[in-house]
Amino acid sequence: MIDEETVRHVARLARLRLTPDEQVTMQRELSGILTHVDVIQGLDLDGVAPTTHVIALENVLRDDVPRPSLPPAEALREAPEVIEQAFGVPRMG
Amino acid sequence: MSALEPVIGVEIHVQLRTRTKMFCGCELSFGDPPNTHTCPVCLAHPGVLPVTNREAVRLALEIGLALGCEIAPRSIFHRKNYFYPDLPKAYQISQYDVPLCGRGRFTAVAEDGREIPVGITRVHLEEDAAKLMHLGGSGRRAGAERSAVDFNRGGTPLVEIVTEPDLTSAADVAVFLRQLRQTLLFLGVSDCNMEEGSMRADANVSVRPAGSTALGTKTELKNMNSFRFLERGITAEVERQRATIAAGGRVVQETVHFEPETGEIHPLRSKEEAHDYRYLPEPDLVPVAPDPAWVDGLRAGLPELPQALRARWVGEMGLSHEDADVLTESPELAAYFAAVAAEADPKAAANWVRGELRAQLRERGEEPWQGNVTPARLAALLGLLADGTLSVPGAKEALAEVIATGEEPAAVVARRGLGQISDEGELTALVDRLLAEHAAQADQLRSGKDKVLGFFVGQAMKATQGRADPGAVSRLVRERALGG
Repeated sequence: MIDEETVRHVARLARLRLTPDEQVTMQRELSGILTHVDVIQGLDLDGVAPTTHVIALENVLRDDVPRPSLPPAEALREAPEVIEQAFGVPRMG
Repeated sequence: MSALEPVIGVEIHVQLRTRTKMFCGCELSFGDPPNTHTCPVCLAHPGVLPVTNREAVRLALEIGLALGCEIAPRSIFHRKNYFYPDLPKAYQISQYDVPLCGRGRFTAVAEDGREIPVGITRVHLEEDAAKLMHLGGSGRRAGAERSAVDFNRGGTPLVEIVTEPDLTSAADVAVFLRQLRQTLLFLGVSDCNMEEGSMRADANVSVRPAGSTALGTKTELKNMNSFRFLERGITAEVERQRATIAAGGRVVQETVHFEPETGEIHPLRSKEEAHDYRYLPEPDLVPVAPDPAWVDGLRAGLPELPQALRARWVGEMGLSHEDADVLTESPELAAYFAAVAAEADPKAAANWVRGELRAQLRERGEEPWQGNVTPARLAALLGLLADGTLSVPGAKEALAEVIATGEEPAAVVARRGLGQISDEGELTALVDRLLAEHAAQADQLRSGKDKVLGFFVGQAMKATQGRADPGAVSRLVRERALGG
């Protein structure tokens, strides 16, 4: 069982605000996932390469040829605020 | 307590000179109006898929090969997760435990010829973040009232070069970075323009008792935009750490900022959990497995790099390390010098390219390879100097004329009458006249004051606007004054 502090930490990293109820649910569900991983870690997997990708494809590369970009107005259409043709965001720094 | 020595490793980011971004077809730009080079991929709209730019992989491989790195047979991308407005996906596509290029080595050479070997930990590919603009207030970050994001830069291909903590002084870091930058310029992989941010360097700095092999706690000196500031920043940070330890304190692992105006070091507000990036393999991109034949071809096609050129010029031409260093500052300058040295005395060529030529061109804002002084013309001028046709002042004057007009040096010398006077009869008449006009000095010379010889040579140069052959004048003054 992972502890409450770990759940809070992970939630903070993911920018999630959890209610006390959600916190309890997350703690239970995350622990379940980790228990499952423990089962896998208990297997003898010597000689099995880690699988990072499930499709057997490599080197899907693109030629360095420009394609049209969006008109700025289109790119900025969903911006919460437009400042000098840029995406307005909360003050940083 | 024994002296505390600095231990420094650096991380260098360079923007690659591709036409398009790392994972989409938006064109790279610098200085264009905000958000004119964006698309659903680099704005991180839902459902889009990145596709790796082959040219970026090629340039990264060239860097790895030039730094003697092992090339990974199969390399994957990772997501580096953090929230910041300059990162629309909330993760940066980077590389983690399987970088494209692994261990390598780069040996810088100091001005006195001392080698500075630096282990390369890795060279990996990633994408640049967007540019945050801080608006209002003082225009500075701290005083900004609002922020806004320009995504033109977001997704630019970057290579990160990480070194081992092998450097032991701020000055060595500066030499290493300068020569690494030269190598990248020779490869043509990046503009390496620090002011425009296409090359950025961070330094990891710690101190430890001299002779110890354990590493002390390091701090990270972030984003210095000039080698000079970085050198000063490292010096200041090393002093701060020494003072902290001398006062019985401990160095805390943190990111610090150097203020060039005041020379002070400030810790950056440490963001809690800032380094918990939760790397995970990027599922949207398949692995890159460079074909060995491709890699071999790239290796074979590398240009002669500045470290090799410098060693060759020092060894074969007898240049000083300092000359060789200056002359490999850029590929253009190195090619220019090599062309001059092929047709003239290399040491004279080095002196004139470094010295007089650059000094005269600087006033016009020109570089040697741009103006009227082609390598052939400079070599011809040096030939006229070497065979005694021109004196040094005459050669300088002829050079100014070649710069201005683009005429051949021989034509300039003929037209302007700049040729050195070595005619025995003409010089003898001149020397006799000077000895008569300056009888007192002539007497001193006769009484054994050899220093006065220089006075007469000076007078002869003055009388001929620098055209008299100083060697001949010197000999004739002795002969005529001492009757020898």
